[in-house]
Amino acid sequence: MNRFLKFVHKEFLHILRDKVTMLILFAMPIVMTVLFSYAVSSEVRNINTAVYAPGRDYLSSQIIEEFCAHKYFSVKRVVDSPSELKTVFDDGEISLVLVFDNNFAENAARSKAQIQILTDGTEANSAAMYANYAQGVINGFISRYNHLDESAPVVSVSVRMLYNPSGKSEYNFVPGVIGLMLLLINAMMSSVAIVREKERGTMEMLLASPLPPLQIILAKTVPYFSISSVITVMILLFARFVLGVPVAGSIMLLVSLCLIYVFLALSLGILISTLVKSQLAAMLISGMMLMIPTMLLSGMMFPIESMPAILQWISSVVPARWFIAALRKVMIQGADITLIAKELSVLVGMTAFILAAAVKKFNVRIDI
Amino acid sequence: MAEKAIIAENLTKQFGSFTAVNKISFEVDKGEIFGFLGANGAGKTTAMRMFCGLSRPTSGRAQVAGYDVFTQQEQIKRHIGYMSQKFSLYDDLTVRENFTLFGGIYGLKPDEIRSRFDDNCDRLSLSKNADSMVGSLPLGIKQKLAFALSVFHKPEIVFLDEPTGGVDPITRRQFWEMIYAAAEDGITVFVTTHYMDEAEYCNRVSIMVDGRIDALDTPKKLKAKFAADDMSGVFLQLARTAKRGDNS
Repeated sequence: MNRFLKFVHKEFLHILRDKVTMLILFAMPIVMTVLFSYAVSSEVRNINTAVYAPGRDYLSSQIIEEFCAHKYFSVKRVVDSPSELKTVFDDGEISLVLVFDNNFAENAARSKAQIQILTDGTEANSAAMYANYAQGVINGFISRYNHLDESAPVVSVSVRMLYNPSGKSEYNFVPGVIGLMLLLINAMMSSVAIVREKERGTMEMLLASPLPPLQIILAKTVPYFSISSVITVMILLFARFVLGVPVAGSIMLLVSLCLIYVFLALSLGILISTLVKSQLAAMLISGMMLMIPTMLLSGMMFPIESMPAILQWISSVVPARWFIAALRKVMIQGADITLIAKELSVLVGMTAFILAAAVKKFNVRIDI
Repeated sequence: MAEKAIIAENLTKQFGSFTAVNKISFEVDKGEIFGFLGANGAGKTTAMRMFCGLSRPTSGRAQVAGYDVFTQQEQIKRHIGYMSQKFSLYDDLTVRENFTLFGGIYGLKPDEIRSRFDDNCDRLSLSKNADSMVGSLPLGIKQKLAFALSVFHKPEIVFLDEPTGGVDPITRRQFWEMIYAAAEDGITVFVTTHYMDEAEYCNRVSIMVDGRIDALDTPKKLKAKFAADDMSGVFLQLARTAKRGDNS
C-alpha cells in the first residue's frame, strides 16, 4: 500500500509540475462552458422577423404591431407570396417568419385562426429559443385580448422548424461540456501519461520492479479521477451560479452517473495506451476517435434525431451520447434512476467491455 | 542463497514461428561481471527480459537469484536491479524524488532511503544537485544516476541493457568504475554492450549469434581461441556467420 501511495504521489507531481497541462485541465472547461453558453444564448435581442399575412386585417395587424414594438423582435420584411416563403431564409438575414391565415380575423371569430411560426433550423438551438419567444408574444397578446373581450377569438399557434423538425432545449451545452471534458481528461490524459512512460523507457523500469502492473495502471488513474471530480463540480457550480442553469435532479444520482462515465473514459484511455507507442499517436487517436465523434455525434452540438439514419446508428456506439442524454435528463428535467435505466445500462455494459479488452491487451503487451 | 546468480538451460523464446532466443545454456557466478554481447537482433534484449521476469520463456529452464523464471517472477523482481537502454529517470522529478520513489517501490524504509541517498550523493559528488530536476542535468550525470538507482536497493543481480550508449569516453570510464564498485559489494553484474573495449572489462563474455550463444569464456581465452588481437576481432569472426538481417 505504501508503494502504491508513493506512486500515486509521483503521478500528482507529474501533473502539478506540468503548467501547460494544468492550465488546459482547469481553464478549458470554463472556457468551453462560456463559449457554448454564449453561442446559445447571446443573440436573444433583435430577432430579424418576416411576416406573411395574405389577407391583412385588424387582428393580424395588431399582432404584427405587437412584434414591431417588442424589444426581442425587429420586423424586417413583409413577404408577399407563398413562393417567396421558400427562399426567405436563404440570405441568412431572417431568422423567423410569422405566417397568418387567409381571413385571419374571420377565422378567429370561429376559433379556427392559425399562426404558423417558421424558424431556420440550421441553428437548432437558437431557432427553438426564437420560436419560444414568438409563441410567448402571441400567447401574451391573446390572453390580454381574451381579457378585454369575452367572445374572444381563439388563435392556435403552430411552430415549424425548417431544416430541423425537432427543437432543442437551451441548456444542452452544460451536460455536453461535462461529457466532453470528462472523456478527454480521463481517456486522453491517462493514455498519454501511460504512453509517456513507455516512450521514456521508465515503463520497463517499473515493470522490472516488484510493483504489480495492475497497480501501475491503477495509480495512473487516481489523479485523473480526483481531477475529474473537481472539474465536474467546477462546471456544475459555474453553470448553476454564473449561467443560471438549473440543477434539478438528485446530486447523488448525478455524481454516480459521472463516476461511471469517468471509469469508462479511464478504461478507454488504458485501451488506447496499449495500442500505441508514442504520445503523439495517443493524442491523435484520442483526438480522432474520441473528441471529434463526441463533439459531432453525441448530441452535444447537433441533435441526434435530426441526423441521417446511418449517423444515428454510428452515434449509438459513442459513449458520450448515452452519458449526455442521461445527464440532461437528471440535471435539467430532474429525472430519477428509472428514467435513465437504459442509458445507465448501456454505459455500464460499454465500460465492462472496454475494461475487459484493455486489461487483456495490457497483459499481453507485458508478456512480449 | 544459490551459489550461482543465474542458471539457464536450453532457454528458448519464440514469437510465432520466429525463434528469438534458441536454447541458450550458461551459468553466471555470484559477484561476476558477465558481458552479454551480440549484434543488433541477435536476441540479447529478449534473453535479458526473460531473466528480469518481463517476458515468459517458451521452453527451457532458468533460475535467477535462486528463483524460477516461470513461477517466481515476483520474487525475481524483488532481488534484481534493471537499467534499460533508454535513459530511465523521471525528468520532471528531482534527483531526490526519483530515489525516494524507487526506494519506496522496492520497500526500503524512509530513513534507509535517506542515508543511502546521502551516501550516493557523496560518491557521485552530486550533493548540490540533489534537489534539482533531473531534466536539467547533463546526460553523463543522468546515466550515472540511472545506474546508482538500479543498485539503490542493493539487489543480488543488476541487469544493464547497453548502459553506456551515447556517453563520452570519460563518463564511460567512470561508469565502469561504478560497475566495479558494485561488483565488489557482491552485486552480480549482467551487462550488454556494443563497445568491444568494454567487453575486455568483463570477467567473462558470451557472444550471441542468431539467438544462440556461440562463444562463452574469459576475454583472454576467447582472444586466444579465435587468434584475435582484441575482442573486436573475436566478435567480427562470429558475427560474420550470422544469417539474420540487422533488424530481425
